[in-house]
Amino acid sequence: MSEIFGIPTQALFGQLLIGLINGSFYALLSLGLAVIFGLLNIINFAHGAQYMMGAFCAWFLLNKLGVGYWWALLLVPVIVGATGVVIERVMLSRLYQLDHLYGLLLTFGLALIVQGLFRNEYGSTGLPYSMPKELEGGRNLGFMFLPNYRAWVIVASLAVCLGTWFLIEKTKLGSYLRAATENPQLVRAFGVNVPRMITLTYGFGVGLAAFAGVMAAPIYSVNPLMGEHLIIVVFAVVVIGGMGSIMGAIITGFVLGLVEGLTKVFYPEASNTVIFIIMAIVLMIKPTGLFGARR
Amino acid sequence: MSLGGRTLGVIAALALAAGGAHAQISDGVIKVGVMNDQSGTYADLAGPGSVVATRMAVEDFGAAKKGLKVEILVADHQNKPEVGSSIARQWYDVDKVDLILDVPTSSVVLAVNQVTREKNKALIVSTGATVDLTGKACSPNAIHWTYDTWSLANGTGTAVVKSGGNTWFFLTADYAFGHSLEQQTEAVVLKLGGKVLGKVRHPFPSADMSSFLLQAQTSKAKIIGLANAGADTINAIKQGAEFGIVKGGQQFAGLLVFLTDVHSLGLDKAQGLFLTEAFYWDLNPQTRAWSQRFAKLHKGAMPTMAQAGVYSAMLHYLKAVEAAKTDDGPKVIAKMKEMPSEDPVFGKGQVRQDGRHIHDMYLFEVKKPSESKGPWDYYKVRATIPADQAFRPEKEGGCPLVK
Amino acid sequence: MATTVSAMAGSLPRAQSSLHQRVAFLVMVAFFAIGPLVIYPLFLMKVMCFALFACAFNLLLGYVGLLSFGHAMFLGTAGYVAAHTAKAGLTVGGFKFLGASVPVLLQLPPFNPEFAVLFGAAAACLLGIVSGLIAIRRQGIYFAMITLALAQMVYFFCVQAPFTGGEDGIQAVPRGKLFGTIDLSDVTAMYVTVFVIFISGFLLIYRIIHSPFGQVLKAIRENEARAVSLGYDVDRYKLLAYVLSATLSGVAGATNALVFQLAALNGVYWTMSGEVVLMTLLGGLGTVFGPAAGALVLLSIENYLALLGSWVTIAQGCIFVACVLTFRRGIVGELGRALKKSL
Repeated sequence: MSEIFGIPTQALFGQLLIGLINGSFYALLSLGLAVIFGLLNIINFAHGAQYMMGAFCAWFLLNKLGVGYWWALLLVPVIVGATGVVIERVMLSRLYQLDHLYGLLLTFGLALIVQGLFRNEYGSTGLPYSMPKELEGGRNLGFMFLPNYRAWVIVASLAVCLGTWFLIEKTKLGSYLRAATENPQLVRAFGVNVPRMITLTYGFGVGLAAFAGVMAAPIYSVNPLMGEHLIIVVFAVVVIGGMGSIMGAIITGFVLGLVEGLTKVFYPEASNTVIFIIMAIVLMIKPTGLFGARR
Repeated sequence: MSLGGRTLGVIAALALAAGGAHAQISDGVIKVGVMNDQSGTYADLAGPGSVVATRMAVEDFGAAKKGLKVEILVADHQNKPEVGSSIARQWYDVDKVDLILDVPTSSVVLAVNQVTREKNKALIVSTGATVDLTGKACSPNAIHWTYDTWSLANGTGTAVVKSGGNTWFFLTADYAFGHSLEQQTEAVVLKLGGKVLGKVRHPFPSADMSSFLLQAQTSKAKIIGLANAGADTINAIKQGAEFGIVKGGQQFAGLLVFLTDVHSLGLDKAQGLFLTEAFYWDLNPQTRAWSQRFAKLHKGAMPTMAQAGVYSAMLHYLKAVEAAKTDDGPKVIAKMKEMPSEDPVFGKGQVRQDGRHIHDMYLFEVKKPSESKGPWDYYKVRATIPADQAFRPEKEGGCPLVK
Repeated sequence: MATTVSAMAGSLPRAQSSLHQRVAFLVMVAFFAIGPLVIYPLFLMKVMCFALFACAFNLLLGYVGLLSFGHAMFLGTAGYVAAHTAKAGLTVGGFKFLGASVPVLLQLPPFNPEFAVLFGAAAACLLGIVSGLIAIRRQGIYFAMITLALAQMVYFFCVQAPFTGGEDGIQAVPRGKLFGTIDLSDVTAMYVTVFVIFISGFLLIYRIIHSPFGQVLKAIRENEARAVSLGYDVDRYKLLAYVLSATLSGVAGATNALVFQLAALNGVYWTMSGEVVLMTLLGGLGTVFGPAAGALVLLSIENYLALLGSWVTIAQGCIFVACVLTFRRGIVGELGRALKKSL
């Protein structure tokens, strides 16, 4: 058996694949952040809380209403996205004429409230969410045993990421969105309802977080703090990718998943830190991030 | 981050001190502070349930009838040492607390132990696991009641190696508690002729264990030892099922698993798991009767060993206060060491000079779903570890109190 | 006490301070001087440490307009360094690096408290220079994100580094003898020490704000481009303000570690960074007394809600939302507006 740095190649492949799976979550979450940041210029600190809400919403649908995983995958983003729409209308929309930092502080406050409330209600041990029947089991790839659900995570996440990218970069709707970030007055003059577009964009970004939450529910325990630990890492991913860059967020998400996976093999203790180290290096060399434009 | 301590008091039992019989009780009332995690990772296995257990002990002791006034305070230390030590200071300085009880999380235990010694009060730990409390950090003001990392490592390690699980791979939470659990188990495994094929230290906490599980899988070790706790253990077992670890012929050994963890995992995923505990509700008629009373007061949840330990410890503390006729910290602790303990939960026991309470420990195996008769029917007893073998020998701890 | 108080009020620079600011200062000094008679002294010491932390933070956010979301790294690092040097002294070398063992180059016995605090502050200063050089090049949200991520790196370092004691932290830190003579294990002595540190730090910040340097900072906040066109080296000014803020935060963190005889991970965690933002916002951004008032109010709320665990976070969240939506001037800012005075 061939080896690389003392690690059998087969094991290495396995680890890379697992890194890719984690990267799928990073990509989904940083994509949502990038979409929101791109149009609203707000760092959505509540993104982790909304991811957690997605998972809880799926749990609630299954255990209280008997609605299964596949429907949850469709319904939850809409439900949680709707709460995002309310937040944007009631609170965020009042802050646009102010410094963007207020948006960050507001969403930070919201995240604290949501996480606190869920912790009060559900404790923090975590709730079990059973895997959909269709995706149980797995297959032996020779170098590792790949559970079907994990394979599905990669496929679904890639599809959603690329779909979003296509929507924003290649369609007419997307071109309005991009134009609205550059020059809202002009776009309004074309008869586009800019405030509504902004509201829906925020809702869409939140929906992406909730989608990631549903994807996570069967493999990680559904737990009020599940977003808190993840969100800071995802922020780093967004900073590395270049804030507001859609493709940057997707690619960086997957790549950093891979890098983190490798770290887990060679120096597991550092696997939480490696992303931040990369971030510091990237910022020193290219302050706008890998794919970011100068702002 | 909060100073804590100015807590709402829960008056458990009120009675006027009769005559001068209890003249040595400071302010005429015994104040007990239950300090634990009320809302975080350890809230389910100790948390509000420990308060219920404390209150039951006060009732069962018959404090009111004996003319003793006992007041229970509660605080949430959020598993942060600086919060715990602030609360302890304020409790001792301002609220005149006589005893601090329960205290999960090793780091907080050591911090509170420090303050207790400085203020010369009393501390009884049930949920905290650090073996240092009866080793280099031992104090005439502290007793460690229910279990410690050594007893877990010894119980589970010995049983698993003897039943043929002689090659191990450790999944260790990368902090002091995880390290000490891993080292102590490794020592047991090696002593019995087993082999450790590898170990991986994962950041704490880790939502995703798959990478580490994969490393465990490639190691081909028969046993994967989980030197972690709470959500990390649950995640590892859950994701282990997903990656076909148990189906592939490997087995998990949970080094710190509580009843509530098994409840959260479900038997489907937890079946076959070996674990060591000091208490299980379905051990004998007394434990059953007591646990059912407890469950009625605690949303139907059966007690964990941590909560049972709080009850047992509190009962013994009150007996010692009665016998010593004082609530002065070190005097009561000394009395507790002098008197043998006995209660319906832990049976007979004794407190050693180093502050270690010793009693039988049990090795359990988690039942298959088909064997379970209903909710909370989770364990079958595989072995009883007698009190004199269940804990680290007094001489090995390096406690200065042991002559 | 009365004479010292009036002497301190006199030490406010006369030319720049208005009467109402001196009155407010006297009220604050009197509160902390008389406070321990009624309020638990340990709590007040904590309030003073965090008030200093918040004032230092405000120097950056209120007067330069830079929101750092990683200020906990200075508080926490200084706490660790002060606790370590006060407990174990300082050893340089004597470890193994890449297989080669480095000999012990320098070994010092446990530090006196004043040196421990100074050393802690120096560590924060150094960290401020390094992180500042990276972060200062960006503004606004970018700056916030970068400081947050840098602080997270420091956090993980503290989890791993052997000298921090991991999640146990550094416990049983001796308070020691100030200048080798005054025993700080006495509550009064410790209280007076913290009081003096807080008031000196506060006055220093006041001086900085009202100095020509402070005027340039405000000019940068109002219009960076104009400041550049006037020939100011904006980045240098920003870096200096950042490092000053970091160092003073370090003083607060080091003092706090001595008071509680403990340095733990919580001090470097990002929630602590959020907390100082909240204190400043609640008290009043860019006001002289706001951060101290915010620290007092927030810590009192937390103290009161401590039993209820997660209610603390909920309360914090609600205050954040309320401040941002309706109360952007903060307590002192609103008060100043009502009185038509700047406080």
